[in-house]
Amino acid sequence: MTTAPGLTAAAFADGLAEMRGIVGSEWVFDQPADLNTYRDFYSVLWGEPEEKLASAAIAPANLEEVQSVVRAANARRIPLYPISTGRNLGYGGAAPVLSGSVVLDLKRMNRVLDVNESDCSCLVEPGVSYFDMYRHLRETGSKLWLDVPDPGWGSMVGNALDSGGGYTAAPYRGHFEAQCGIEAVLASGEVLRTGMGALPGAETWQQYRMGIGPCLDGLFRQSSLGVVTKMGFWLFPQPEAYLSASVDVMRFEDLDELVTLLNELEYGNIFNGMPGVSSPVLSQQNPIAMAMIPEPEEMNRMVEQSGLPAWRASFSFYGPEKVIRAQWEYVQSRFAHFPGVRFNEASFTRLPLSADDMERIQKPRFGIPALDIFSVGSRGYGNFNPSDGHIWFSAVIPRSGRGIVEANRVMRRECARLGLDLFMFAPAVTCWTRSFVLFAAVPVYKDPARNRHLREAVTEIIGICAQHGWGEYRCPPAFMDSVMDAYSFNGHILRRVNEAIKDALDPNGILSAGRYGVWPAHLREGRGA
Amino acid sequence: MKAFLIAAALAPALALGSAAAQQSVRTGPTAPELAPGRQVYAQWCAPCHAAGPRLAGTMSLQAKYQGEVPAALEDRTDLSAPVIAHFVRNGVAWMPPFRRTEISDADLAALSAYLTAPLERRGAHAPLLADEMAVLPQGGRP
Repeated sequence: MTTAPGLTAAAFADGLAEMRGIVGSEWVFDQPADLNTYRDFYSVLWGEPEEKLASAAIAPANLEEVQSVVRAANARRIPLYPISTGRNLGYGGAAPVLSGSVVLDLKRMNRVLDVNESDCSCLVEPGVSYFDMYRHLRETGSKLWLDVPDPGWGSMVGNALDSGGGYTAAPYRGHFEAQCGIEAVLASGEVLRTGMGALPGAETWQQYRMGIGPCLDGLFRQSSLGVVTKMGFWLFPQPEAYLSASVDVMRFEDLDELVTLLNELEYGNIFNGMPGVSSPVLSQQNPIAMAMIPEPEEMNRMVEQSGLPAWRASFSFYGPEKVIRAQWEYVQSRFAHFPGVRFNEASFTRLPLSADDMERIQKPRFGIPALDIFSVGSRGYGNFNPSDGHIWFSAVIPRSGRGIVEANRVMRRECARLGLDLFMFAPAVTCWTRSFVLFAAVPVYKDPARNRHLREAVTEIIGICAQHGWGEYRCPPAFMDSVMDAYSFNGHILRRVNEAIKDALDPNGILSAGRYGVWPAHLREGRGA
Repeated sequence: MKAFLIAAALAPALALGSAAAQQSVRTGPTAPELAPGRQVYAQWCAPCHAAGPRLAGTMSLQAKYQGEVPAALEDRTDLSAPVIAHFVRNGVAWMPPFRRTEISDADLAALSAYLTAPLERRGAHAPLLADEMAVLPQGGRP
């Protein structure tokens, strides 16, 4: 068994015995067959001595049990690693960052505590998956929509805490940004509620996020400071209709203005759905991976020869038919001056969806959870199959034409130089408004030699991106230290302040040690090694 | 996992032609003792393994067996309880293992009972969640 550094076998056994008394022995897992299910199935360290492994897993059923488990761990300095549903595949799954941690599996805490049709909000426990919530809303006749990420089996709470994103209207796509109200158990075992949840009797916990004073919600994003046991979210009242459309332009030089206009229209609330910027002419080889952007003359020649657009801006609209048709008409008017511009209404759908609609729609655009996305990777394009999973590289880049071109060229050039395969490459993902996120999916294999190369290459690319001012917003555990290293302004003050907060709130360093590069004091020197 | 839009737009091009030919005709009610297992299948397996297009498990098994056995797990008649338990608890390829907090041992036994029962006792295919919800009345489940 992998044990945490500095923890004696006796203290571990004693702690586990107390935890058995708290949650019941059937919810304490310390045998190899069970621990195998808590490994990161897409780990880039799979089967190597450095693979991050749990020493045990504990599955409490309620807040009080969480508090008792945390107190038992704190008394003995047993490291805990909370997971909601453990389905953060491509970013670490259920495995801890510090080997030997006890995974605190919150899947059994799966109650939908409240859905408020008037406020358009909900309050849920961490074990509630998108599938669970979708079923709950539909079965109760709710008029509210969820915003879902691609895989629907994840936790609403867990996905939001790792800053996941979805596909519907702007206020809901950034899942952490759409949360309103957090309840968390601190390392002391005390319970904190953020925002209006701190005011006894307030009915506004899911209405006003800030409360009074410094807004503490951010303490729990990608953090090592608490076990989140409840979270509120704002939900999207079902619109009357959905329209998706695109604007195609035919010259390399059109990109800057295309993005500038798209920004103005989104920030001016002329459209509310998720936009996109892609390049049909550069997606001929692989429709889900943009090729290297060539020099302007070459790209314009490719456009001329193929007849395919240089760039495509896609727009989507949710609302009453009259309103969204007028919005689309206005959008077209703003692009009418581009030479050779083409407008395309891709689909119009009246809501609610019918059974027939389900056969043709992209479900996440309608807030419907599914797992269809895995087909793109597991049986998709390219010749990397059969692979054993994937990791994500997700860097925040400037939301401009220049941002797309530079990020595309740097990533394509460096990945080619380093021999790093990408099966999906999208330089301008817009789940979060106000920035682009460059997404690249890297296939992983249960092969130490290939994974060693992958780790070295990705670490080098993290550094190269940092030199350009691009930082990852989220990453698998193997890269968390490197990514946090890149956020180095003023002598790494971001990490130093995070460490000071860590020391104050969790002096024994028991919670999520090492998550996103923040280590407790006793492990800081070796960074958990 | 985050993906982007072209992927979803083009995914139908990946749909299996031959999977449909391998689907069994499955109609009628499920035997009462198999209903819990069918529900486990619907929740945990169908999202990737149902007999439909764009589903990773079904596409992968079609690629692996080239039609020698049905690509949709629900139509297989060659599975045994130990084989089902092995894949549920250990995963394979891109499919991760499932924990006992997700699929309990009792759920796994029910799932095995469903997937090893004669086809005629299994009844109609378990629906995908979206399809099941789409036919609910707007006021919710009566």
